[in-house]
Amino acid sequence: MTKQHANWSPYDNNGGTCVAIAGSDYCVIAADTRMSTGYSILTRDYSKIHKLADKAVLSSSGFQADVKALQKVLTSRHLVYQHQHNKQMSCPAMAQLLSNTLYFKRFFPYYAFNVLGGLDENGKGCVFTYDAVGSYEKVGYSAQGSGSTLIMPFLDNQLKSPSPLLLPAQDAITPLSEPEAVDLVKTVFASATERDIYTGDKLEIMILKADGIKTEVMDLRKD
Amino acid sequence: MFRNQYDTDVTTWSPTGRLFQVEYAMEAVKQGSAAIGLRSRSHVVLACVNKAQSELSSHQKKIFKVDDHIGVAIAGLTADGRVLSRYMRSEAINHSFTYESPLPVGRLVVHLADKAQVCTQRSWKRPYGVGLLVGGLDESGAHLYYNCPSGNYFEYQAFAIGSRSQAAKTYLERRFESFGDSSREDLIKDAILAVRETLQGETLKSSLCTVSVLGVGEPFHFLDQETIQKVIDTFEKVPEDEAGEAGEAGEGEAEAAVAAAPAEQGGGGAGDQDVAPMEM
Repeated sequence: MTKQHANWSPYDNNGGTCVAIAGSDYCVIAADTRMSTGYSILTRDYSKIHKLADKAVLSSSGFQADVKALQKVLTSRHLVYQHQHNKQMSCPAMAQLLSNTLYFKRFFPYYAFNVLGGLDENGKGCVFTYDAVGSYEKVGYSAQGSGSTLIMPFLDNQLKSPSPLLLPAQDAITPLSEPEAVDLVKTVFASATERDIYTGDKLEIMILKADGIKTEVMDLRKD
Repeated sequence: MFRNQYDTDVTTWSPTGRLFQVEYAMEAVKQGSAAIGLRSRSHVVLACVNKAQSELSSHQKKIFKVDDHIGVAIAGLTADGRVLSRYMRSEAINHSFTYESPLPVGRLVVHLADKAQVCTQRSWKRPYGVGLLVGGLDESGAHLYYNCPSGNYFEYQAFAIGSRSQAAKTYLERRFESFGDSSREDLIKDAILAVRETLQGETLKSSLCTVSVLGVGEPFHFLDQETIQKVIDTFEKVPEDEAGEAGEAGEGEAEAAVAAAPAEQGGGGAGDQDVAPMEM
């Protein structure tokens, strides 16, 4: 007698790719705006980037219903923090909160692949990358989502320290200037769009600096 | 109110149909330092007197942000007020989460009132000893409510609670009809003038009061000492200027102005007001 299996899944994958790069005094968070299901496009104009705090921006790909729910939970928890501490959450604090929130649903996870970007307490850029159940790491750059396998190797090539044997990549901060980082992001997305069917339409880029957040939108291939 | 045999339990009625414990709780509100609220069509101002236990300590927080569009000023047992503020914040956050829209003020005060009522009908509880002036803005406009320990709530154009609040209420009663159309600045000025009434002769300094504003396009926030002092300076001047600024013939005003002027001259002008014993 084989076990009965469900004829439906609570999850769906809406595709898309998210990238973040940390700089010495900035952080770039980018994501495409295509939302898909199966081989169809649901919309070409959906933002996967969500500002949680002045210095912490979350970008998530995966199942957007879970992503939305996760964003709402984090926003509410941030309000509670603000009432209790009379200040906004720092990016490292938000990183820990996100990890705890994800693990809280360890046995019915949020199908969300997250990249958290922002500025740490010293004003330096920071990027945190996650799996679906909250395992996280502070890194200098990361890509998540359907195009991540196409993008990550290229970012490693461009941003990782040349020889890990002689010089282990200690510092998680990229020595790129902000315009260079933005340009790199545009390049990787243009490339990922070519070969990943779930990535395309438009690219939304958020640049986080001490004086505020700037947003830029770039067109990507729509096929 | 004298001690009698029906006031031990909140669940004991008196023969005349009163719950003395609830009434005693309302007395606690009257003991707290004054809190004042006023509203116009587009703004709500909450102000309170900063009373410190001693010169060495800081004053207690009496005005709390509940959400961007709601603030609350308390008088009475501030610990009870703090706990209720936390409850209100939680209600606002939960509503935002579920409905993705700001909690209407009327709903919040009903929740608060129902919570207060529970404490008047349980033998193992006691009523909250705090009065709350809830000011907020929602789709139906600007609102000011007063929540009692009894579980009742009322909507007001302007109100004052706490010790010596009657003086402020008298001032507000004279002026409230014009508040609806008041500008934001006039509303703030009236709030500070009402605070001054409760001080009864004591010189009004920006360190003695806390003022908060919220309104259309303006999330709840506190006014800083400088801004408050500037408003005080517009009326705490020489008597001739005072009469011109206030622009009304209330004899109470004129008397207060005369009382303020000598104290003002003694203090050596508005510049010295900034040097308070404990700038917080």
